[in-house]
Amino acid sequence: MAADKLEAGLGAIAQKLAGPGARIEGLKRLSGGASQETWSFDTAGSGPAQPLILRRAPGGKAVTRTGTAISLATEAAVIARAAKAGVAVPDIAYVLNDADGLGEGYVMARIEGETIARKILREEAYAEAQKGLAFACGETLAKIHSIDISGIDGLPALGLAPQIGTYLDLYDSMNEPHPVFEVAFKWLQDNRPEEASLRLVHGDFRNGNLIVGPEGLRAVLDWELAHVGDPMEDLGWICVNSWRFGESQNPVGGFGQYKDLFEGYRAAGGGEADPARVRYWEVFGTLKWGIMCMLMVSAFRTGADRSVERAAIGRRASETEIDLLNLLVRED
Amino acid sequence: MQDAPTAKELIEAVRAFLEERAMKELTGHAAFHARVAANALAIVERELEQGPRAEAEERARLAALLGHDGELGDLNAELAGKIRSGEISLEAPGLRDHLWQTTLDKVAIDQPKYSGYRTALEREKD
Repeated sequence: MAADKLEAGLGAIAQKLAGPGARIEGLKRLSGGASQETWSFDTAGSGPAQPLILRRAPGGKAVTRTGTAISLATEAAVIARAAKAGVAVPDIAYVLNDADGLGEGYVMARIEGETIARKILREEAYAEAQKGLAFACGETLAKIHSIDISGIDGLPALGLAPQIGTYLDLYDSMNEPHPVFEVAFKWLQDNRPEEASLRLVHGDFRNGNLIVGPEGLRAVLDWELAHVGDPMEDLGWICVNSWRFGESQNPVGGFGQYKDLFEGYRAAGGGEADPARVRYWEVFGTLKWGIMCMLMVSAFRTGADRSVERAAIGRRASETEIDLLNLLVRED
Repeated sequence: MQDAPTAKELIEAVRAFLEERAMKELTGHAAFHARVAANALAIVERELEQGPRAEAEERARLAALLGHDGELGDLNAELAGKIRSGEISLEAPGLRDHLWQTTLDKVAIDQPKYSGYRTALEREKD
């Protein structure tokens, strides 16, 4: 049984982490993305229990991860480097190797807290946390963008031009013409700024990938889309209207204002954010999310994922069309 | 002609079952999926009601923009191609209105509670 093998393999790792005689308890699957599995468990032994998370390739097999995703080993190396730079991340406890027999992946600390945007934005418990969150996001992004990545292999370099090209190819491959997306691609091409000096960027810094407690930001998760790119990409992505979850008046993730994000960025040594560039990436991010919604329908149609959720998300592409029109067409 | 109930009434009945029974009696992930399923049926209901008029109007606008009639899908693809090639720009008479109206009609079916839709409607009033 695969589950027995996983339990036994993690048991052996528990002994390395918590000493001889340690075992694991409470193993349960949290989510199953197409690109990775997430499991929760605790070590139990003579010392205090350690709450942990395993992230590994599906079924423990090496697979080609989606799109521009980096390998799990690279992801672990980036997270460890982020911790050194003072970014709130889960501590990497262990990186799997061949001898563990569990495939590619790593074990990290399990941090309690909330990731669901609607709760963070609407529940009283997070009212205090919300106030400082945009500033904290700015600080965190400045620290991420300062990370020295020398010695970390496998991080793709993705400035503006290659990203626009990638998403144009994906959009064309589906052969479902969207005049609004054409307008957006044209705007992006006509208004493309010079490539920035490239830094490590998180690549998916938004609600859902941030663990928040009542006191504020606890950890940044999901580093699989990390790459070397334009730092303003991260600032633009968290402002995409889709990540505001209905709170459009607060452009930063539905909880804050641009100026709070930019002030946090400056305070942590990131320098002056470039609002025009942030807006450019916000437009690109909106288009990107729209194309991702279309791609998910492809996964439904090919049979890769026959769930209602996967099918219905295609009907969210039109939300990004209205957002693109709001951003680009009512300027006059 | 099919007997009663209409397709719309059947969908309404299934959506009511999902919302009033399934969502309440299921837990965890299954309850979430029941909600997603109910929302998907609500999209179908709105599309049955609003879709034919919206698509007829979209096709008429496209025919006016392009100077000839045709199947909706073909006209839409032709417009997309002409925007890409630069043959039609946002300054072309009628294009902005067409994109706005088409998108508003689409979101009115897909997600009428979406914040961006409300923003667009408020701008419309200004």
